[in-house]
Amino acid sequence: MELISLGIRSIFIDNMIFAYFLGMCSFLAVSKKVSTAIGLGAAVVFVLGVTVPFNWVLNEFVLKEGALTWVSADMASIDLSFLRFIMFIAIIAGIVQLVEMIVEKFSPALYGQLGIFLPLIAVNCAILGGGLFMAQRDYTIAESAVYGFGSGLGFMLAIVLLAAIREKIKYSHVPNGLKGLGITMLLTGLMGIAFMSFMGIDL
Amino acid sequence: MSAETLEKAIEKKPAEALLSKRRKRIVADPLVDENPITVQVLGICSALAVTTQMQPTLVMAISVTFVVALANVVISMMRNTIPSRVRIIVQLAVVATLVTLVSEVLKAFAYDMYKELSVFIGLIITNCIVMGRLEAFAMGNKPYDSMLDGLGSALGYSWIILTVAFFRELWGSGSVFGIPVFDYVSSLFGPDFSLATNGLMVTPVGAFIILGLIVWVQRTKTGYVEH
Repeated sequence: MELISLGIRSIFIDNMIFAYFLGMCSFLAVSKKVSTAIGLGAAVVFVLGVTVPFNWVLNEFVLKEGALTWVSADMASIDLSFLRFIMFIAIIAGIVQLVEMIVEKFSPALYGQLGIFLPLIAVNCAILGGGLFMAQRDYTIAESAVYGFGSGLGFMLAIVLLAAIREKIKYSHVPNGLKGLGITMLLTGLMGIAFMSFMGIDL
Repeated sequence: MSAETLEKAIEKKPAEALLSKRRKRIVADPLVDENPITVQVLGICSALAVTTQMQPTLVMAISVTFVVALANVVISMMRNTIPSRVRIIVQLAVVATLVTLVSEVLKAFAYDMYKELSVFIGLIITNCIVMGRLEAFAMGNKPYDSMLDGLGSALGYSWIILTVAFFRELWGSGSVFGIPVFDYVSSLFGPDFSLATNGLMVTPVGAFIILGLIVWVQRTKTGYVEH
């Protein structure tokens, strides 16, 4: 029950885009067509779902204060958490590379769809942000898996919805200065207001 | 050849002025015409999250400026030795190191600010401006030029987020840099008068709308149209 509640919260209430502005660059750049938005969204769900638990393991057994006690009891006072940024980003870049190779090998069709997005994802704020939030909030392994997956879904939901709106808005008369980024920001704001209505929900 | 003529040969090419016209352009272009946020659409991730108040925004702006300028210098010095296949990882490692430095300094000297900015300092690593400048400029230019380029981009980023923060704090909390402007203004008009704050500005929605409007104003002025 806790986990379901966390999942719902990470998709709708603590949405990566509308609550924390994470992954905005790709959110704005790759939301012109629904089909590509679905591709990027799926890639983010996948990578977040894999990297957050992975980073949890790293954080729990290597980086946290006293995490190295499983090596020897003398190492209880070692605190490597200042290495968090560099280790997390290394893990993310490594996993993205690995995922790219695996997908290319076993599913060329999927690779054709996701392939171009995967390198983009290594430097997506949402992925690193997911890991850092996980570490900051002291999630357990199950919670971090649900959180990673849920926030990926939240991102996908947001980017697909925005892409659908932008496909329609192409046929409207938007003032010159507002075309592109301007109108997209305003649209995101309006969608954010809609998403605020989820705020009271508590399972 | 005597030593004198050799020296002359080396000296022949006069050094470019420290702030020549070309270099001034490197700094000035990203401020308005090539602004990283409003024109190139980079670095929006971290730009908005911290902008509810002016003070954390200023700290964020300074941190980003430090990281971009220094990362540009470091990568530019290493540019001829980095194999192009692993350059992204090398760049990430340099940036992550600099960001860790910033984060540790904040933790030591401004712990409250460190708590307030929480994960967003770490997210400078994935700020697209940093990687974008490294890829587009530092990999092909000399260190000093790269530093100027980094400074220019970071300043272009800084003034936009400070503007967003100014309006969000003014309308959302009725203050500027924590000074209660609204209270002061209302007190001028007598006890029955009070200016209301807009709660929407404190929420993320306010940031989207303010930035959208700033982009509109800025692009109308420069005449830039996106297709």
